[in-house]
Order: sequence, then C-alpha cells, then structure tokens
Amino acid sequence: MAGFLARRLLNYAVLVVVAASSAYLLAATALDPRSNYADRTPKPPPAVVDAQLTALNLNDKTPLLQRYATWAGGVLHGDFGKTVAGAPVNDDLERRMGVTFRLVVLGLFCGSLLGVLTGAFAAARQYGWLDRLSTGLSFVVLAVPVVVLANMLILIAAWANERVFGRQVLLVSGEYSDGLTAGFWGHVVDRLQHLILPTISLSMGLIAVFSRYQRNMMLDVLGADFVRTARAKGLSRRQALVRHALRTALIPVATYFAFTFGALLTGATFTEKIFGWHGLGEQLINSIFSNDVNTVAAISMLAAVAVLCASLASDLLHAALDPRVRA
Amino acid sequence: MTLSEEELAEELTGGALTRAPSRTRVVAGRFFRSTQGRIGFAVLALMFLLAFAGPLFSPWTYTDKDFTAFLQPPSARHWFGTLQTGSDVFAVTLRGMQKSLVVGLLAALVSTALAAVVGAFAGYFLGWTDRVLSWVTDLLLVLPAFLVLAILSPLFGPGQWPLFVVMLALFLWMVTSKIVRGMAISVKEREYVQAARYMGVPPVRIIFRHVIPNLSSLLIVDATLNVSSAILTETSLSYFGFGIQPPDVSFGTLIADGSKTAVYAPWTFWFVAGLLVVTVLAVNLVGDALRDAFDPSSARGAR
Amino acid sequence: MSPVLEVSDLNVSFGDVRAVRGVSYSVSPGEVLGIVGESGSGKSVTSAAVMGLLPPGARVTGSVRLHGRELIGAPERALNSFRGRSMSMVFQDPLSALTPVYRVGDQIAEAVRVHQRVSKETALIKAVELLDLVGIPHPSERALAFPHEFSGGMRQRVVIAMAIANDPDVIICDEPTTALDVTVQAQVLEVLKRAQAKTGAAIIMITHDLGVVAGFADRVLVMYAGRPVEVGPVDDIYYRMRMPYTVGLLGSIPRVDRDGRQPLVPIDGNPPSPAALPPGCPFAPRCPMRIDACEESEPPLFEVGEEHGAACIRWQEVGPRPPGRHAAPGEGVHLRVRGERTVLDVRNLVKDYPLFKGAVFKRRVGTVHAVAGVSFDLRQGETLGLVGESGSGKTTTLTEILELAAPQEGGIVVLGHDTARLTRSERREIRRDMQVVFQDPLASLDPRMPVHDILAEPLRTHGGGDPRRRIGELLALVGLDPSHAARYPQDFSGGQRQRIGIARALALEPRLLVLDEPVSALDVSIQAGVINLLDSLRTRLGLSYLFVAHDLAVVRHIADRVAVMYLGRIAEIGQVDTVYNAPGHPYTQALLSAIPLPDPARERSRERILLEGDLPSPANPPTGCRFRTRCPKFRAELTDDERRLCVAVEPEVRALGDDQGAACHYADRREVV
Repeated sequence: MAGFLARRLLNYAVLVVVAASSAYLLAATALDPRSNYADRTPKPPPAVVDAQLTALNLNDKTPLLQRYATWAGGVLHGDFGKTVAGAPVNDDLERRMGVTFRLVVLGLFCGSLLGVLTGAFAAARQYGWLDRLSTGLSFVVLAVPVVVLANMLILIAAWANERVFGRQVLLVSGEYSDGLTAGFWGHVVDRLQHLILPTISLSMGLIAVFSRYQRNMMLDVLGADFVRTARAKGLSRRQALVRHALRTALIPVATYFAFTFGALLTGATFTEKIFGWHGLGEQLINSIFSNDVNTVAAISMLAAVAVLCASLASDLLHAALDPRVRA
Repeated sequence: MTLSEEELAEELTGGALTRAPSRTRVVAGRFFRSTQGRIGFAVLALMFLLAFAGPLFSPWTYTDKDFTAFLQPPSARHWFGTLQTGSDVFAVTLRGMQKSLVVGLLAALVSTALAAVVGAFAGYFLGWTDRVLSWVTDLLLVLPAFLVLAILSPLFGPGQWPLFVVMLALFLWMVTSKIVRGMAISVKEREYVQAARYMGVPPVRIIFRHVIPNLSSLLIVDATLNVSSAILTETSLSYFGFGIQPPDVSFGTLIADGSKTAVYAPWTFWFVAGLLVVTVLAVNLVGDALRDAFDPSSARGAR
Repeated sequence: MSPVLEVSDLNVSFGDVRAVRGVSYSVSPGEVLGIVGESGSGKSVTSAAVMGLLPPGARVTGSVRLHGRELIGAPERALNSFRGRSMSMVFQDPLSALTPVYRVGDQIAEAVRVHQRVSKETALIKAVELLDLVGIPHPSERALAFPHEFSGGMRQRVVIAMAIANDPDVIICDEPTTALDVTVQAQVLEVLKRAQAKTGAAIIMITHDLGVVAGFADRVLVMYAGRPVEVGPVDDIYYRMRMPYTVGLLGSIPRVDRDGRQPLVPIDGNPPSPAALPPGCPFAPRCPMRIDACEESEPPLFEVGEEHGAACIRWQEVGPRPPGRHAAPGEGVHLRVRGERTVLDVRNLVKDYPLFKGAVFKRRVGTVHAVAGVSFDLRQGETLGLVGESGSGKTTTLTEILELAAPQEGGIVVLGHDTARLTRSERREIRRDMQVVFQDPLASLDPRMPVHDILAEPLRTHGGGDPRRRIGELLALVGLDPSHAARYPQDFSGGQRQRIGIARALALEPRLLVLDEPVSALDVSIQAGVINLLDSLRTRLGLSYLFVAHDLAVVRHIADRVAVMYLGRIAEIGQVDTVYNAPGHPYTQALLSAIPLPDPARERSRERILLEGDLPSPANPPTGCRFRTRCPKFRAELTDDERRLCVAVEPEVRALGDDQGAACHYADRREVV
C-alpha cells in the first residue's frame, strides 16, 4: 500500500515537473515581455529595459536554459518569481486562489447537487416528463458555450434590472463593490448580488453534465440483479431505488465530483474573465496578454497539481465508498 | 469430402455472394427511426447547406463593408443587420460558421484517429508501450490545454488555420484514448482476437483488423461528440483572440465582437449565438442517436 | 393438501412477442416442482411474472393465486408484503444478486426487518443464525464481510439465507446452481433441501439441467416455446414420457454413467424464436414423429396418465428412445491401444501469476500458483479430456500450450518441437498445425466480419491462393450451407456459430485441435450435434484433440483419456472408462459423485460424497497434498499416522493399473457413479 502510494506520488511529481517545465519553456519562447515596453511613452532606453527584464528573469538576451535554471531554482524554494509588474507571483496567486475558491465551491455544490437530484429522479421515471424535460434541457445547455452563456446572462440581467427590479439587483462585474459603505449585512448582500450570475454560469453546465451522468449510472444499476433481489425481499420500489440503486450509482458520480473540483480551479476561466472576478482563471488570460512568463508557468503548475490532486482524491473517494475497490 | 460437397463448393465460387443486410445499414436504419436522430441530422444538414450555399444568395461577402449602414438592425438590405464596421452580419456569420464547422469536423476527425491508434496500441501491447503512451496521455491531460493553445496562438496567423486544427486535435484526444485503451484491453481478451493470435496473425494487423473496427461504434460516437467540443473550444479560444485570427472570422470572434454591442444592438449577438447553439445541439443529437443505434441494448433510445 | 401457489393460464407478452403462453401449475407445501426448458423457453419469465418482478412493458394475463389470493393486478403494496415473506426467490447469478456496497449481514437483516418489527440488533442476530443454517463457517464474522469477499457458492448460500429469512411458503429458484461448479452445486442443493426441511416451503426449481431436477423434484414441468409441453410426476417424465421433445432432450444428454461410445441423438434444428412461432405444434419442425396434422393446430395438454399431461397428438406412440433420425456414425468403444506418435507432451509445467489486490491502490499481495507441475501427453488420433472446476488451472495450462512460448518451468513439446527453442518460422509452422476452438461461439467470431472473411483469415495468414473454394468445402464439412458464407455471425444460432468456429480451426488442416469448453455454452439439444460432429471429424481427418471441459459427462463421451485437475495439479489421469468406472483419487470420486444423473431412481438411491468448504486459494495452497483440507478420506478414514504423510509430502501421480494413475498416497479404486 505505502509502496504503491509512493510510486504513484513519484509519478505525479514527475508529471508536474515535466508539465510545468514545458509550460515555462513554451511561454518563455513564445511570449515577448520586451514588447510590453514598446508602447510606453516616453520610450525607455534599451539599457533600462534590459536591466528591468534581467531583474525579472525575463530577458530574452539571456539564454533560455539559463533563465529556466534560475526559474527552476526559485520554484524549488517555493518562489515563482516576479510578475511583469515586478510584484511577487506568489502573493498575487495566493490572493486569487481565494477568489476562485469562493466562486467554484458554491457553483460546484449547486451544480452537482441539483444535477444528481435531477438525474436520479429522471432515471426513476424513465421517459416520464421530468426525464424528457431534463434530457432536452441538458442537451440545450451542453450546446451553449460558457462565453455565450455568460454573455446571455449579462444581457438578461441588464434587462431584468431595468424592467423587473427597477434597480441594480444582479451585479455583473467583480466580487464586491468597491468603496461600499454599508454594515456587515450590507456587505453580505452586496457579495451575494455579485455571486448570483457567475454561480449560475458555472453551475448550469455542471447540472447538465451531472444529471446526464447520474441518470445513466442509475439506469445501469436499475437493471442490476441486486435491485431485483431487493424487490424480491419485499422492499417497495422506492426503498429499493434509494437504498440499493442510488447508493451504488452515487459511487462513480462522487468520483467524478472530486475530479471536477480539481479541473474547475483553473476551469472557471471564462466565467471569471467575463464577470470580472480576479481569480486564477482570469489571470491566466491576462498573463498571456501581458506576456507574463512567470505567472503563466506558475498557473500551469498549479493547474497540473490541481488535476493530479483531484484524480488522487477521486480515487481515494472511490475506495472509501466502494468496498470492492477498497479491498 | 463427397462429390456433392465438391459441387456445392463449385457453385459457390461461380455464384455471386448474396449479402445479408450489413451492419451499417442496420445502424443507419435504427438511427433514422429515432426522432432525435432525424431531427439532428436534418438540422445539421441544413446548417451545412446554409454555411456553404447561403453566401451565394447574399449580395454581400464577409469582407464587404457598407459605409452607408453602421450597426443597423435587420432590414431587407441587410438580413441580419450590420456590424459597427458596416459588415453584413448575415455574410460574416455564414463565413464564421463555415470556418467553425470545418475546424470542428477536422479537429474531431484527427483527434479521434489519434485516440484510436494510441489507445489501441497501449491497450493491446500493454507493458512498456502502454506505460510510455499512457504517460504521454497523462502529461497532455495535466497541461492546461487552453493555456498552451493561447500561447501558441500567434502561430495561427492568417491562413494558418490547418495548424490550429492540428493543435486543437492534440488537446482533444486524451480522454477518448483512455477509454479506447480500456476497451482494447477487454477486446484483446475476446476470443476472436485470441483466435487470430493463435492463428499466427501479426499483432499490428490484429489491431487494425479486429481491435479498432470493433471499437468503431465508440469511435464514431466519440468523433461526433468531439465535433461539438472542438467547435466549443474553438469558440472560446477565438472569443479571447487566441484562435482564428482576423481577417478570418469564426463563431468565437463574432461572439466576442457581438457581446460588446449586444445590449443596444442585439442582432450582432443573438444570430451568431443562436446558430452556434443550434449547430452544436444538432451535432450532439446526432451523436446520441448514433450511440443508441449502435448499442440497442442500452435501450436509452428505445421507445 | 391445498396448493399454496396456483398458476393458471398465465400469459406474458412483451409488445407483440408472446414469451409465455398459457402456463398452469400448482404446488403444495413441501413439494418440489421442477420447471425444465432450454434457453428461450420462457421458464424464467414465468417465475418473474409470478413474483411480479417483470420489467415495465410486459403484459401479464391469467391468474396467480397465493393461498387463494389473486396476485395478478393486486396493488403494489400487497405484493410488497407477499414478496420475501410468503414467496421468495433465489436468482441464477450469485455474483450480482447482492448489493456490492453493503455487508451481507445487513442485507439479510434488511430482509428480516422489511416484514418483521424487530430491532436492528435482533435482525442481525437472526441474520447470523440464518448464515449458520445455510452452512457458512464462522457466521458471526462473515456477516460483517462484503459480498465480493465470498466465493460464488457462498454467495448463493447468502441469497438462500435471505430467501428463507421470513419462513416463506414458496421459494422460487431460478437456475440457482447454473453458475456454480459441480461440487459446489451439490453443496448448494443440499442447503436448499435443508432450507426446505426447515421452512416446509414449496420449491419451484427452474433449470435447464435434467440431472438436477431428477434428484430434487417431485413433479416436473417441461416447457418449450413458452408453453408447458409435458407435465407429470418425476418418474413419469423420465421413464414414461409421452412428448417427443422430452424424449429428445433425455436422448441428447451425454451420461457420465454410461461407458462405450453410444452416439448422442441431437434434436434437429433450433428452438423457435418466440417472435416467429411456427403454425401448429411449435416442436413440429424439429420432431422426428411429425405428421401433417401436427401443423394444423397447436395440441393441448392431453391427459395421458394420472396427473400426467403431454402436448402431442401422437402421444400414444411416443415412448422412451424412439429410433433416432440423426444418429452419428457409431465409433464403437474408446481406443484401448494408444497411438505411437506423441503430438503434445507437457512435462512438469509450472505457471505463477502475481496476485494483485485493490482496483485503485493496486498492490501485489502474493503469487497465484495457477499450474504447479502438470505432466501429460497426447498421442496421434487421441482425445485427452482435461477436466477440473474453476481454479483448477486447466485454462492456464491450455493458454501456456497455445502461447508457444518457453514456460516458466518444465517443458512443452508440440508436434515434436520444444516451445522453449522455437524459431520464428517453426512457431509459424506450429500455429498452422495446432488450432483452437473456444467456448463462446459468439465471442470467438469477430462480429464485424462475414463468415467468408472469418474463414479466410487463417488461409490468408498462412498464404495460399483464392480461399473461396476451400471456404465452401469447410462449411459443407461442418454441416452448414456454403451459400451462407456472406452472412454475419449474429445471423446464426449458437450451435451453427460453434460449427463456424470449428470450420475456421480446420481451415489449415491442422493435426492438433485444442478445444476450450467447446459445448458448454450450448443448449443440450444443440450440444449433442456438435459433439457428434467433433467425434466424426476426428476419425475422418485423423485429428488429435485436447479437450478442456468442466462437464465430466461430455468428456466421458468424447475423450479416450482424461486428466482431472485440482488446484494446479493433476489429481488423476488415465483411460476414460477405467477412471470413470473406478476412480482412485478421492477428489475424482467426489467430483463424479456430485454429478446429478438424469435418472430419478438412481438419484434417489445414490450416496453423495459431499466436499466441505471452498477451494483453497491457489495463492496459498495447503502443504503436502493440496486436496487434504477437503478430502473425505483424510477426514474420516485415515489414522493420524497416515495423515502425517498427506500433510508433509505432496503426492505425485502413481500408476494404479493399466493406464490409470492418481496423485494420492492412499489411492483406492472405488465405484461411485
């Protein structure tokens, strides 16, 4: 067991190292931080630019491998270097992780819970109205990319604020209003107002995915012999469904849940960017625009770690829920 | 062997082979019997027709600018209205749709083929082949695809969209490949593969003759669903300016432009968004109906 | 005594397909009714309909009365209160009948608590008692285990425990032993008898195995194409049958108690599909006694004796063993003199597998000694039957031979070539001369290839010009219409598919044919035809067969010599009739005695040697003799001094007589069948 875990973690470490290194090398080759200085007025003298870039370990006149070595040395000590603006990447990402976390937790929770419930009920009454409705809706939702969905939500919110509420109820930009002078509850309400739309944007897709998944798992299990055994014992259909079918069908779904969580840490990119939340995903896009090599590499590494942790967590969860796997 | 048996054999060589209904026909029959299959197929065909034949009927091309009409609502002159630049929305939308459809189809095709080959080899040979291929698969899964594609976006300059297709495909195949690998392992244990092995058929030929064809239902369904994910990924990338580069247009670039003016000029956003959703929806419907047609035992599509 | 369960004129249809057509029967308390039929005869649908557990979409008409109360159309709530309390069920596949995520004790306790108002603790105590009753060792510990930690036989005991938890009046057993090995089957049948004695319930035993029913049932109902075609007391059905189908079924079963090679009498054709029934008597197209009147209308169940009914208009002329129309060419007795040339020689073959545990955290926990020193040889023109239960290592032995690679230990010589020193071209050569036929006829044919391509594959692989002519020959050789070459495997019935598999194996005119359970997936009536085909092909083409099977009766029928395997070793080997008539190894004795005979009178008088417990794990076999932990001789007959040898020294195969050897220190030939 311990040996197995150790081997697996080692494999993960190698994957992370390779992924982060290739992301760094790719970013350092393809991105051009020097161009950031080109548009400045007055144009800084080349020597100053060089000095600044060298200080940030971004100078393309330094050989790539040397820059890589400097960067890797820093990473080994837990230092991801500096952003193009000169601030430490670590501080910036730490703050942003919190933002992303707040957004993702709620979205994932709503999405998976509603999805699982819908899927389970739909499967219990296959071809019933709920099944047809949820199947149809998830098809539609899955066909809408987040960038379109988010923009639609913004348009709808603008319309609703104007025509229905008559004031700004659904707020479409940022995590909270700057310079708000209201009590504690005022802040809470303000934050909630900001949360509603991004949460919907995140969870819509998740509801669709989870409900389809749960429904299919449930249908697989419904035909299983052990559900028939449960009925033969004298359990009613509902009891057999809940105690035997649902419990068993939840195992793969729970596993999938853990996996989604890891993927979402950077996967909320579009939602964050469009709704102006200063999270990791938003920074991913910004850093490419601003040629911020160190941030790009740091986020890649975080993403890799998140995905691997999620896959490990989903396996652990699987083992915890399923005695066959645990054995 | 008796004389009559000889004669029978003789007859066979002379006579033409009468074919029983082939699997393809059976599947096609089931596919077109399902409502969603019919609807999905019809809508998709309509979309293709619109994208490729539609421009012939429009007086405007996607590069034309009408300097007498900036950001005008739909009218007889401009069916879908105009953009801020004076471009005809109908013309650019169809052009974007062409690009998105072609990119989506090709990317799906390439990625599914890649997934089939990598997965089948890993699953059939196991051992070191598997370890190496699985490791590469894992690595690509771990790398944030969006980020890599975004960084590489300057390479996809004008006219370079085939490269974009390849890159897109490179980040779409991993999950399918893992599934294919798992199924290849089980197909390998199937007796008809064992039979071929014990007959002395070389392994690579077994993979291409027995393993991959027997996963074809999964692969076809997956290719279909990959079309929609390729279109969606392309849209998201292009939305942020990392995909198709101007002057070329795609769904993504159009939605990005449209969303800025959507509040006061809804026609710049909703036509594109609507067509995109309908296209992807149709592709998904076709994929789902195909899955049911291939696997009637799943009964998900049974009535 | 009034019947507990009365079924009259039960009909079940799925859409337009009538799966069950007018089934009527009744059972009294303590009575065992056997329902016998081949696959597709509607026997399982009947029982699901009685339990009210048919999938939605099934239409049921007729009447099912439990203690006089009508169940068809009864409210769901009433049915729930009957299920598990008055009427319970044991399913075929014990591996999937238990919910994988709950402990077995809890699952039994749940069955108790559904119908009895008792506390959780009381229910658990009751569950442990039930586990004890069905013969699970250390019941209080095992109650805490999960289903996957039980063997198939033990799981089936758990299901039985669940079925008798509320002292039901009727227990419906749907093929309860089909998925089990024959010695485990004997144990489980014994448990069922015990359960019946405890509860006094009526048992409805649904099976395809005429042997199981012979010893177990009081009355038998034979089903064909969704209808009962003969019903009556067990002796009448076996000795005084009046329906040609019953005659055919009994004639097509290979018997473990008959020596010499009497050809089996297969039933012609295939069972009809419920969707396309022939007009008139559904059996008419396959019936050797068919007259034109048979096709006019479906015969009712005629009263042919006391409580004995048969659905045949010519029942008066029907009796046991009518002249068979399809008798295979008789071969006489088994070869007594062994051939000169050795085609396959296996010496001290050893194969270990690493044993992994856990699906997520896969880790090696030991080594499975799947084959631990097996030796046998096969001569030209001979058939060697390799028999054993699951876990005996017979499949591993077979795979090792087919791989043509150097074995881990020991040696394999195929057609004069040692597999450890094969060049590429020699291996190719052997692949041509040694062919294999697999168990599952559908799985062994690529579903995406028409038969023509399937048969052409070996021909193309090993060169040769236009294969079409040869394909026609091959199809004719195995008794198929050559014009069917364009069809796909799924267009054929099971027996026909197996014939295609055999044709493929014969394509290159091999000398050695390895047959891996070639008939075990087929219905009895079909199986006989394939066995006869294999038998005649061997003589005509001068083949040698290595025939791997778990069914000892089939092996007795086709093999010249037999090797019995237990836990990776050969327990006994020798000439078929010698071994079957007087087996020397206690395991062979137990195995043979566990096989139920389709002969009620003999079944009633037979003394069974029951083995205790499960097969030990091949990862951790007992010291000395591997069989000693379950050996009846070791347990009951030997003295402590004698036992010491069994514990310390692993016995080698020693000659007991002319071509018979057993790996037992105290081998003692004894008649058991």
